[in-house]
Amino acid sequence: MPDTQPNIRGGLSVASAPSQSFEHGGLLLRVARQQDRAAFTELFGYYGPRVKSYLARLGADAASAEDLMQDVMLVVWRRASTYDPQQAAVSTWIFTIARNKRIDALRRDRRPNFDPSDPGFVPNAPPEPDQEASAAQWEGHIATAIAAMPAEQAEMIRLAYFNDLSHSDIAARLGVPLGTVKSRLRLALSRLRLRFADKG
Amino acid sequence: MTHAIADEFLLDHATGAASAPVSLLVATHLALNPAARWSYRQMESLGGVMLDTIEPTKADPDALAKLFARIDRGDGADLEHASMPVTTRDVRIPAPLAVYMRDGLDLLEWKQLTRGVEEAPLDIHGKQGDRAMLLRIAAGRAIPKHSHRGVELTLVLDGAFGDARGVYARGDVCAADETIEHQPTAELIGDCLCLVVSSGPVRLTGPFMRLLNPFLTR
Repeated sequence: MPDTQPNIRGGLSVASAPSQSFEHGGLLLRVARQQDRAAFTELFGYYGPRVKSYLARLGADAASAEDLMQDVMLVVWRRASTYDPQQAAVSTWIFTIARNKRIDALRRDRRPNFDPSDPGFVPNAPPEPDQEASAAQWEGHIATAIAAMPAEQAEMIRLAYFNDLSHSDIAARLGVPLGTVKSRLRLALSRLRLRFADKG
Repeated sequence: MTHAIADEFLLDHATGAASAPVSLLVATHLALNPAARWSYRQMESLGGVMLDTIEPTKADPDALAKLFARIDRGDGADLEHASMPVTTRDVRIPAPLAVYMRDGLDLLEWKQLTRGVEEAPLDIHGKQGDRAMLLRIAAGRAIPKHSHRGVELTLVLDGAFGDARGVYARGDVCAADETIEHQPTAELIGDCLCLVVSSGPVRLTGPFMRLLNPFLTR
């Protein structure tokens, strides 16, 4: 396990997250519409090194982290036209691509996913007022909430996203009862949700 | 009242740490439950924030040039066309699950457990020995009283069943572990079809049925 901790708290200007996502959304749109290589170069400069860190944190050696990162960014290029800013911020969209690529590489079977065009899919009811915040706004609120979170809760979130640990793995790793892990995770997630309710 | 899956399972699916069978159950639950999708999207957004704030690692200096060369060669061009979901004509079976029963429910290997209760294993396995199966309970029939040796998640796809904690209908998830002893009984409205994921065998707890425990494999 690498001993460097990802920097999730210090040195980050969380307030800029929504505008940054807006900017990245514009770049992605240029990639989708005009196969704009300058726009893609900017996205690559920001996300490439982050995706590489993410994959390395989850156990890939340097060479395969680099290769997988390039595969992820190839998907970003090819699938740019499917990006929907109402559904997710750019960083969230790229996170899901990196997560899925890694699972594909590991398991060699496809990750189960729901599909809104499936006849068995139960569609959303009209959104509640507090659900209308745009995806980019969510990210800003989440970043603020994480920065304000007690250390033990932030630690749970970090272990879950960066160490490939399920909630029962986390309990085993930390040697704490499963119930404690569940309640800390639920507390952490409810803090994020409270933020949505406040500001959404 | 609906029974949504507990947050920690949504989170495991969002981070990618869930076993394949648990992921399958969560994805199927998400197809059926808009409220759970709403929570799940927040958890994926959390992943986006984590990616945003991770310490970057330098990419190889020629990484971008290599990538443009791959794009020029047409690598991954097939990704530009949306892939069609695998579906069956059976609306009880949402897309993520349909992959495991392309030929329909009836061609799965059904095995009778007790009168009116059948199960069919699915070809998906997890790193910790998690297994997935379909379970069919005839209207009004019950699964013998049992407890569990691990975690068991049951997602209702059709019909409904009840236990002492409530009634579970299409899209609901019932979670049980070693602390829960129950006797799920299908409601009379019709046969109940469920997706079950378990990490350990069940433990029969009825006075006579417990004699069968040594013979149970799941």
